[in-house]
Amino acid sequence: MNYDLLIPGQLLGALTPDLILMGGAMLLMLAAAWRPESEGHQRTVGFGALIVLGITFLSVLWFGAKGGTAGPGVIAMDRFRWAADIIFLLAAMGTIALGIEHNVRDGIRYAESHVLVLFATSGMMIMAAARDLMILFIGLELMSIAVYVLVGINRRSERSAEAALKYFLLGAFATGFLLYGIALVYGATGSTNITVIGERIFSYQLHHNAMLMVGIGLLLVGFGFKVAAVPFHMWAPDVYEGAPTPITAFMASAVKAAAFAAFFRVWIDAFNLVDFAWFAPLWWVAAFTMIVGNVVALSQRNIKRMLAYSSIAHSGYLLLAVLAGSRLGSAAFLFYLLAYTFATFGAFAVVATVSRAGEQGLNIADYDGLWLTRPWLAAGMAACMLALLGFPIFGGVGFFAKWYLLQAALTTQYNLIPLAVLLVLTSVVSAGYYLGVIRAMFMKPRPEDAVEIAATGKLTRVVLGVTIAAILGLGIFPSRLVRLTRSSVPTPPVAALVPQGTTSVR
Amino acid sequence: MLAESLALSAALFAIGVVGVLTRRNAIIVFMCVELMLNAVNLSFVALSKLYGATGQVFVIFVMTVAAAEAAVGLAIIIAIFRHKQTVNLQNINLLRG
Repeated sequence: MNYDLLIPGQLLGALTPDLILMGGAMLLMLAAAWRPESEGHQRTVGFGALIVLGITFLSVLWFGAKGGTAGPGVIAMDRFRWAADIIFLLAAMGTIALGIEHNVRDGIRYAESHVLVLFATSGMMIMAAARDLMILFIGLELMSIAVYVLVGINRRSERSAEAALKYFLLGAFATGFLLYGIALVYGATGSTNITVIGERIFSYQLHHNAMLMVGIGLLLVGFGFKVAAVPFHMWAPDVYEGAPTPITAFMASAVKAAAFAAFFRVWIDAFNLVDFAWFAPLWWVAAFTMIVGNVVALSQRNIKRMLAYSSIAHSGYLLLAVLAGSRLGSAAFLFYLLAYTFATFGAFAVVATVSRAGEQGLNIADYDGLWLTRPWLAAGMAACMLALLGFPIFGGVGFFAKWYLLQAALTTQYNLIPLAVLLVLTSVVSAGYYLGVIRAMFMKPRPEDAVEIAATGKLTRVVLGVTIAAILGLGIFPSRLVRLTRSSVPTPPVAALVPQGTTSVR
Repeated sequence: MLAESLALSAALFAIGVVGVLTRRNAIIVFMCVELMLNAVNLSFVALSKLYGATGQVFVIFVMTVAAAEAAVGLAIIIAIFRHKQTVNLQNINLLRG
């Protein structure tokens, strides 16, 4: 059906999954405050959060299957939104499942930690739906403020507090840039609606408007901070290292995916016509992000820092999809995000298991000879590393993700061939650190003084099992997922004022 | 008036950015971030003279969000102070590599 967003009832209907999640989160917040802090209560609220996420997930699937369009307004109803929502919800479910057990081990008894994940996820869903910069800003802040708290949730840990402070100050700084960018774009076009901005750039002939150009530049800086692109990446390794491991997994997957989804929609819908202005800067940002992320990751000894630099490198690959910007680019973008989310999540689930209370046991040296004591953990970690590397067969879906990304880059009207070559070259560099972990696990002896690894919790086992099965399964049968992502493109509102094609995909 | 307002807003924003980059006290850095947000608010209000109420609505949203951010931010700064007895960013250096 077509949702007329000017009618309040239909606007609420278009927001159903988001409202389910927010309502459930608020009820759980009350439930969390109802009883004194205890391990059991934390666990109960955690399972409640999983149920709320499950219901939201089903409603998103229902909307995605039913299809639907939206008239001009602040919310999009396209399948790009539902595909992105699925990625956020899967990552949030994994975070909570890992978090319940991780909290028990680290003595964190705040039931609110799970509720905050729900609030952050609802912010992300708003971001993926937003067709107005005002809504996008609200979603972004709903997500960011919840994640600032989550990073510092372990109040006994000095590192956690330090990571929270760094993330907060740089996140707020980035928000300032983003907001000033929005203000200047509003000043140039007179609207905050992404579709209307795209139309007015065309109809007002704003191709060389200085205010618009500065605004786009500031937006680029703001989004660059949020997706951790070089040179705005300095915060990521510190924050990823200091945050509790499940939250790090959440940030590396869902938070990054949300920032990218919003980035993609704004860039494709609003600034498509002024691509000459942002193409070269974004090109260089993508190139440096790939190079710096991969090269610096080589010298890391802490596995969370290494994965942080690896996630920066993957931001560079995803920027390639934004640059390609076409229908194929959008499909490759979603496919890559999903593959990357699974692989990162599996890797962090293993990291959470191998590490000990008080964030100990996080060095790559702690993985020496893991195969000899915990073969399944080692095999799972190996699959995730190979998926991040993009290795065929054993890396499962990771290989196809890179394949489609390269295909999208090579079939656009733009000259992305140097970047595609750089992607392949830096992937070779990345083998140095991904295979380094595998070498440590399989080819080195277990040191005699190595601390015994605690038994893997049930929920962690489920998370690991599902992610590894998804990585390998989708690696064998990728075609269905490809069809789904190809049909999930950001689409312009129905009955827009200008002919299609000027605002949507190239 | 519009040009002057936008120029003032740009100047305030620049002062905020320079403050964030040069000051070392977490509270003062946070104040500079707030200065940046308020510079943006000034732009929105000035521009809404041209384009109608959207800019002013946006300002309300920004102020609400900034208040929520201040609550969380000050709580984080207090958490750091409890661990370190200082809020000087030069002494906050456990995480680096």
